[in-house]
Amino acid sequence: MSRNYQSEQAKLLHNIDLMGFVIVEMNLYLDTHPDDTEAIDYLRHYVHMKNQAMREYASKYGPLTVSTADASDCNEWTWATSPMPWEGGCY
Amino acid sequence: MWNYEKRLEFPVNITAPNAALAQAIISQYGGPDGEMGASMRYLSQRYACPYREVAAVLTDIGTEELAHLEMVATIVHQLTKDLSMEEIEKSGFANYYVDHTVGIWPQAAGGVPFTATQFQSTGDIITDLTEDMAAEQKARTTYDNILRLVHDQEVCEPIKFLRAREIVHFQRFGEAKREDCSKCN
Repeated sequence: MSRNYQSEQAKLLHNIDLMGFVIVEMNLYLDTHPDDTEAIDYLRHYVHMKNQAMREYASKYGPLTVSTADASDCNEWTWATSPMPWEGGCY
Repeated sequence: MWNYEKRLEFPVNITAPNAALAQAIISQYGGPDGEMGASMRYLSQRYACPYREVAAVLTDIGTEELAHLEMVATIVHQLTKDLSMEEIEKSGFANYYVDHTVGIWPQAAGGVPFTATQFQSTGDIITDLTEDMAAEQKARTTYDNILRLVHDQEVCEPIKFLRAREIVHFQRFGEAKREDCSKCN
């Protein structure tokens, strides 16, 4: 995932992608290792950090998911007007 | 219930159109070992599964496959959106173009439409998990074949990510099957 970042927005999105991947991977691991307390703590740490980053992104650029819409005070519903993920570039 | 995040699981930013490659990669959208079949297979198999941990694996992998479906569609979209008519005619993409323009439609590389006959939901969790492990290997083989056709780094990186996920899913299904067996004793 090495890229040249054109903006702070792209950098924050990249960090969200990284934390999101850790959560997906740890979630699958825990499904088959549900008693691994160290792994549960690791997952919780990343969920907390990602939630914070998702709220920071929503407050600055609009929500990436509707459940963080309350972190945005923009007068426009950017959920509908911001670029879709398949448009490429640094959305 | 599902929630959408307006981002890709792994970034896709392809700048050079390539219709011939798009026609190969679309197989992982709606082909016999593609992401659509994978997601529908696992999400359908959950209901008759008697073990909660195994149903959790089916739910979470079936969900991740939807994110992969979106990545594959994005790759095909970005490879085709800026094609010239000349490229469409020369690349063999005209047969797809005449029915779908550059819309995304689930089909195999050879043009066969997506069909639920490409997967099973047997109601027997051992049978289903054994199919699921094979399905992950078949998808991995398809990504290996795609990688031999790809020479563009912008296409290669997300395909390599998707290939690696097949291996992790195979591992988790294998563990789920062991978990399952231990509870039968």
